[in-house]
Amino acid sequence: MSSSKIASKIPEGNLEQKWSKYRSTVPLVNPANKRSLEIIVVGSGLAGASAASTLAELGYKVKVFCFQDSARRAHSIAAQGGINAAKNYQNDGDSVYRLFYDTIKGGDYRAREANVYRLAEVSANIIDQSVASGVPFAREYGGLLSNRSFGGTQVQRTFYAAGQTGQQLLLGAYSGLQRQVGMGAVQMFARHEMLDVVNIDGVCRGIIARDLVSGKLERHFGHAVLLCTGGYGNVFFLSTNAMGSNVTAAWKAHKKGAMFANPCFTQIHPTCIPVSGDHQSKLTLMSESLRNDGRIWVPKRKEDAEAIRAGKLNPNQLKEEERDYYLERRYPAFGNLVPRDVASRAAKERCDAGFGVNKTGEAVYLDFAFNMKYKYGKIEATKKGISNPTEEQLKSLGHEVIKEKYGNLFDMYQQITGVNPYENPMMIYPAVHYTMGGLWVDYNLMTTVPGLYALGEANFSDHGANRLGASALMQGLADGYFVIPYTIGAYLNNEIRTKAISTDHEAFVAAEKAVQDKIDQFLSIKGNKSVDYFHKKLGKIMWDKCGMARNEAGLKEAIEEIKALRNEFWNNVRVPGAANELNPELEKAGRVADFLELGELMCLDALKRNESCGGHFREEYQTEEGEALRDDENFKYVAAWEMLELGNWELNKEDLIYDNIKIAQRSYK
Amino acid sequence: MSEQNINVTLKVWRQRNSQSKGGFETYPLNDVSTDMSFLEMFDVLNEKLIQEGKDPVAFDHDCREGICGMCSMFINGRPHGPKQAVTTCQLHMRSFKNGETIVVEPWRAKPFPVIKDLVVDRSAFDRIISAGGFISVNTGNAQDANAIPVAKDNADESFAAAACIGCGACVAACKNASAMLFVSAKVSQLALLPQGQPERKQRVMDMVAQMDNEGFGACTNTGACSAECPKEISLTNIARMNRDFLAAEITAK
Repeated sequence: MSSSKIASKIPEGNLEQKWSKYRSTVPLVNPANKRSLEIIVVGSGLAGASAASTLAELGYKVKVFCFQDSARRAHSIAAQGGINAAKNYQNDGDSVYRLFYDTIKGGDYRAREANVYRLAEVSANIIDQSVASGVPFAREYGGLLSNRSFGGTQVQRTFYAAGQTGQQLLLGAYSGLQRQVGMGAVQMFARHEMLDVVNIDGVCRGIIARDLVSGKLERHFGHAVLLCTGGYGNVFFLSTNAMGSNVTAAWKAHKKGAMFANPCFTQIHPTCIPVSGDHQSKLTLMSESLRNDGRIWVPKRKEDAEAIRAGKLNPNQLKEEERDYYLERRYPAFGNLVPRDVASRAAKERCDAGFGVNKTGEAVYLDFAFNMKYKYGKIEATKKGISNPTEEQLKSLGHEVIKEKYGNLFDMYQQITGVNPYENPMMIYPAVHYTMGGLWVDYNLMTTVPGLYALGEANFSDHGANRLGASALMQGLADGYFVIPYTIGAYLNNEIRTKAISTDHEAFVAAEKAVQDKIDQFLSIKGNKSVDYFHKKLGKIMWDKCGMARNEAGLKEAIEEIKALRNEFWNNVRVPGAANELNPELEKAGRVADFLELGELMCLDALKRNESCGGHFREEYQTEEGEALRDDENFKYVAAWEMLELGNWELNKEDLIYDNIKIAQRSYK
Repeated sequence: MSEQNINVTLKVWRQRNSQSKGGFETYPLNDVSTDMSFLEMFDVLNEKLIQEGKDPVAFDHDCREGICGMCSMFINGRPHGPKQAVTTCQLHMRSFKNGETIVVEPWRAKPFPVIKDLVVDRSAFDRIISAGGFISVNTGNAQDANAIPVAKDNADESFAAAACIGCGACVAACKNASAMLFVSAKVSQLALLPQGQPERKQRVMDMVAQMDNEGFGACTNTGACSAECPKEISLTNIARMNRDFLAAEITAK
């Protein structure tokens, strides 16, 4: 039984008809009333920009906030590989059902059926909308759209724009947003950070934001507030997230009553550039699309791995039979295209066993030589009528194809590492990339606080315990373009009589004062450790004890260590500068203070989930072959945490019901 | 390439806010790993300044993988530093020599006023996009994505223009502080696609008008913008925009 405190509000009826029926019957707000309803959107990434422009098109008064200097900087921009959609343009058996099925299975049976089916249904519209707004997706010579494969699927349903798909989709959504800004339908607040939500009589009525340039605190009223603020991977300090990505908006909402769901579900991406030293500030992803053509391996013999680490052996010298293509060996059906959680754990397993290939011992090879020569080289040779091409000819012909497909990624790799990946295999290692957990939302994307919504990565709803590649862009745009514009009507049609509440209301005054007090406190500690010092320490605790593999003892230790670190932070952090100026250290202090609380909840969630599923791997729960061992009998639920006070959370369970999919042990063998 | 440690001397522009007069401060920095990115080197400098009780250097940055366009340092007289096709965040210390003096300034252009230290206000770019850098298509209006084929050459060229990250290096590089490369990249992206045709004329006129209103300078074809562009946006985009603009002006009603 689900907790009585949460109602998922999934519509009745067949899975295939739930959304279309709901969409046709959800109450509407008439155009004249829309003009007096105000909506606050926090975050300007795919979810925020698409929601804001669409809601403004419908006639609502919209305000958008982002901490960067422009809406176009949001971290959606860095997504590389692609966006999934059930178009079946390749005639390879794709369908809405198959995308739905792959997503549920990929998420290791911990996502809501109804949400995921809706996502698959609207996926095709996203591609249409994006193309219409000028997104230059990759095309074939016939002028039609091109597709590729991503992990966890056996069809080609991923649309892409070289390795810059997120950039192109975001700029498409951003241009739609700027169009509304130009028409005065959206008011844009760049370089503003939301620092609290304001609730009145249990209903969300606005936010407190800080103008990051002047340092002034501002109060903003809204009939509804949409948090489109992304994920919290930076709790690990090192991640593929942007430096500014943070949990603050979601965490403030959590502290004001919004439940936080599945916080421990973190995605560790298998193909990132390994850490190079203590100075490391972030990790860079090498797109999953590279796994289409790159083969992952380590040496078969430990001596070879040691020789490589010592710089005495060049990997190109190792013959085929001396290499262990461990993904192809362990998972012949999916090979290098197994889902991310599986690929990451397999890399960790090999490195822990002593087969890692860089100086830290934490790297594996992603090698393009085979496909460069024998796949693309051969095709090009045939096209050009070269019979019996030499190895050198094959290599140079294939080189051009690889360059066309992945050129920007190869350049980026060389720039960061100083190594030419056309000549040497890339070195990669898993890194924190995405957080499946987030604010708990119902089918309407509303949190447990009425009027407060969460969209995109900020919510928990669609990816279960593991997100498939190319599904984050899909979900962000689905939520913003096609879900919230309908579901928000269910709430706002009851709000048409609510007049704008003055921001002189005592709730706004009190919230602003609390924010001001926090800022003053940061500046008054005058300790002797920088904010980064604490952030790095927290990151190490999280990575070691709540990362790719977790166990009970480690999680319990982590909780104690985080509490102690938090205490030290509040006594010994040094935040230079003043409150009334641009002060990046002050901004970071606020974000790290929130991470220091979130980290504890993540460990608690991981500790209470006595099973392994998706990205959550508890060492105590694995099969003899080292695969994740789920416990559907006891843990087939969403863990929605309610904060009673800091350090004391109440677990509310939402049972997951699978009417349309037979749940099974996930197998990619 | 193997990792080394080098010593450098930084001369960094410090300016309290938009009203105050700025100036250079000199900071020696030792034992800098050549594997560090330029911004990681600034992290080390800031950590040091904080420990010394000084105010750290404010600079814009976010993704640190060369795509968000937020980082914006003018290094040794060149936007984003000495390397071709690289943003400041992707520039690594292996591109500098032991003992080198490195001068770091903000973007210098009237339409990009300094906010603090190396941080400038680039909101003029957003206003130019708001003036016309879009296709007017409301959500739900779209037809099937494959209904209109787009020749691969055009799609590729459109994509190449769309790769612009809006960092402003083109303006910083130009002696006239012209924004022609930025504006022409967006104009070209949409002009090369069938979806962009209905508003093609109005778009170029509106965007150019806004560009002029913001106070960006005129283009004198020196090509510094394209040479310094981290995404190597081509000068042919400027030529295309000029053609489109002329045609639009002549045929305007």
